[in-house]
Amino acid sequence: MNTQGLIFSFFNPDVIGKYYPFILSGMWVTVQVGAAVVATGLALGFLLAYARACGLRPANFLIVAFADVLRSLPPLVGIILLFFAFPYIGISMSAFTATWLALSLVLAAFAEEIFWAGLQATPKGLMEAGRSTGMGWGQTMWYVVWPHALKLTIPPLTNRVIAIVKNTALGAVVGLAEVVNNAQSATSSAGSATPLTLCALGSLAIFLPVVLAGRYIEKRFR
Amino acid sequence: MLESPSQAILSIRGLHKAYGGNTVLKGVDLDVHRGELVFVIGPSGSGKSSLLRCCNVLEPVTAGSILFDGEDITAPRVNLNAVRQKIGMVFQHFNLYPHMTALENVMLALRKVQKLPRPEAERRAREALAQVNMLDRATFYPDQLSGGQQQRVGIARSIALRPRIVLFDEPTSALDPELVGSVLEAMRGLKATGMTMIVVSHEMGFARAAADRVVFMDGGVILEQGTPQEIFEQPRHERTRAFLSSVTTRH
Repeated sequence: MNTQGLIFSFFNPDVIGKYYPFILSGMWVTVQVGAAVVATGLALGFLLAYARACGLRPANFLIVAFADVLRSLPPLVGIILLFFAFPYIGISMSAFTATWLALSLVLAAFAEEIFWAGLQATPKGLMEAGRSTGMGWGQTMWYVVWPHALKLTIPPLTNRVIAIVKNTALGAVVGLAEVVNNAQSATSSAGSATPLTLCALGSLAIFLPVVLAGRYIEKRFR
Repeated sequence: MLESPSQAILSIRGLHKAYGGNTVLKGVDLDVHRGELVFVIGPSGSGKSSLLRCCNVLEPVTAGSILFDGEDITAPRVNLNAVRQKIGMVFQHFNLYPHMTALENVMLALRKVQKLPRPEAERRAREALAQVNMLDRATFYPDQLSGGQQQRVGIARSIALRPRIVLFDEPTSALDPELVGSVLEAMRGLKATGMTMIVVSHEMGFARAAADRVVFMDGGVILEQGTPQEIFEQPRHERTRAFLSSVTTRH
């Protein structure tokens, strides 16, 4: 085994010393976009499922259409469209905004379907029980139906959140200075693969806690 | 409004209920008086449960009227949330809130509908749990309770609101036989407090012992009604006889 070669290419101390601030700044961008996507994507998905539960036919058609289109569309296409095509209709946005918006919409579409499935899997009798004690529809949804439904949604939701947040790396195509993009640039200019090692460690540092948190939440709410 | 004990709390007139093209109630008239325990029997599909679910407008009625304390609760502008606090309901499958303890199940509507402060709501909830002999399980979650215990919490949840009448929709049908007794005992206790009750059930022994009136339904109408003695010993209708013999020979 060529240990020296391996260390020189992938764990080069000089390269680490020179490029780690660049990788860290990429990590920070990834965390920011990721957190923003989770917040808005889940919130929008929840609101859409709530709206769908109200049972207004035209609204439901639009919600289902939104969910189906965005679940089919590759997220990369969404980012490219927002960043490169929208300026032609007078809407320009930063790479950060384009990545955040595209991934938020995709997460919202999946989250809506997951929340909706949770509502569907909740026994009808819970709503009836709440209503029979004089609680309104909204009150019963809030205090009884949602807590039950959300518990069911936690495992599929954490999986989906992780899968979509990892797509922040797609922001590289529009020049978003997130961790993978920065690592690639650093790799080219340093002529060493060491920044990719840093990127791998950095990504683990970001996403492993998310995965573990998901596991904890699943166990907690079983 | 002053009322004599004989005046009907619930007065059902010409009640029709259809699901799409399927008419399950075809003109039901029934008066339920204060303190009375009316027991509704009949073959499955006879409309018993639909009748009960119309009584608190859990199912919207297709035609007819239901007067509760003199107010037509099928009218369009009725505040159903206010009405339903006075009409308790107990479900076949208990329908307890699974993420809440027994006490929280009973307290929820006291807090959120009747807006009682927490100590007062808790006092009332404990009182209701004690009435069904479930106070010692107040901190248990539904999945830690037997079916009979869950159903008694279900009864506590409805009576904690101090309703004028309680509807029981096959309260013991989902229970193992050895758990039925505790629920019937809770219902007997409730009857002893003077509560007005409508019970849809197949517990004929309980009907004989506790009912003031037995109503036999078939094909979406009330075929006959009378005291338990009249219905069980001298049924006038052939279909009542056939139904009673089919349920008694099952044992």
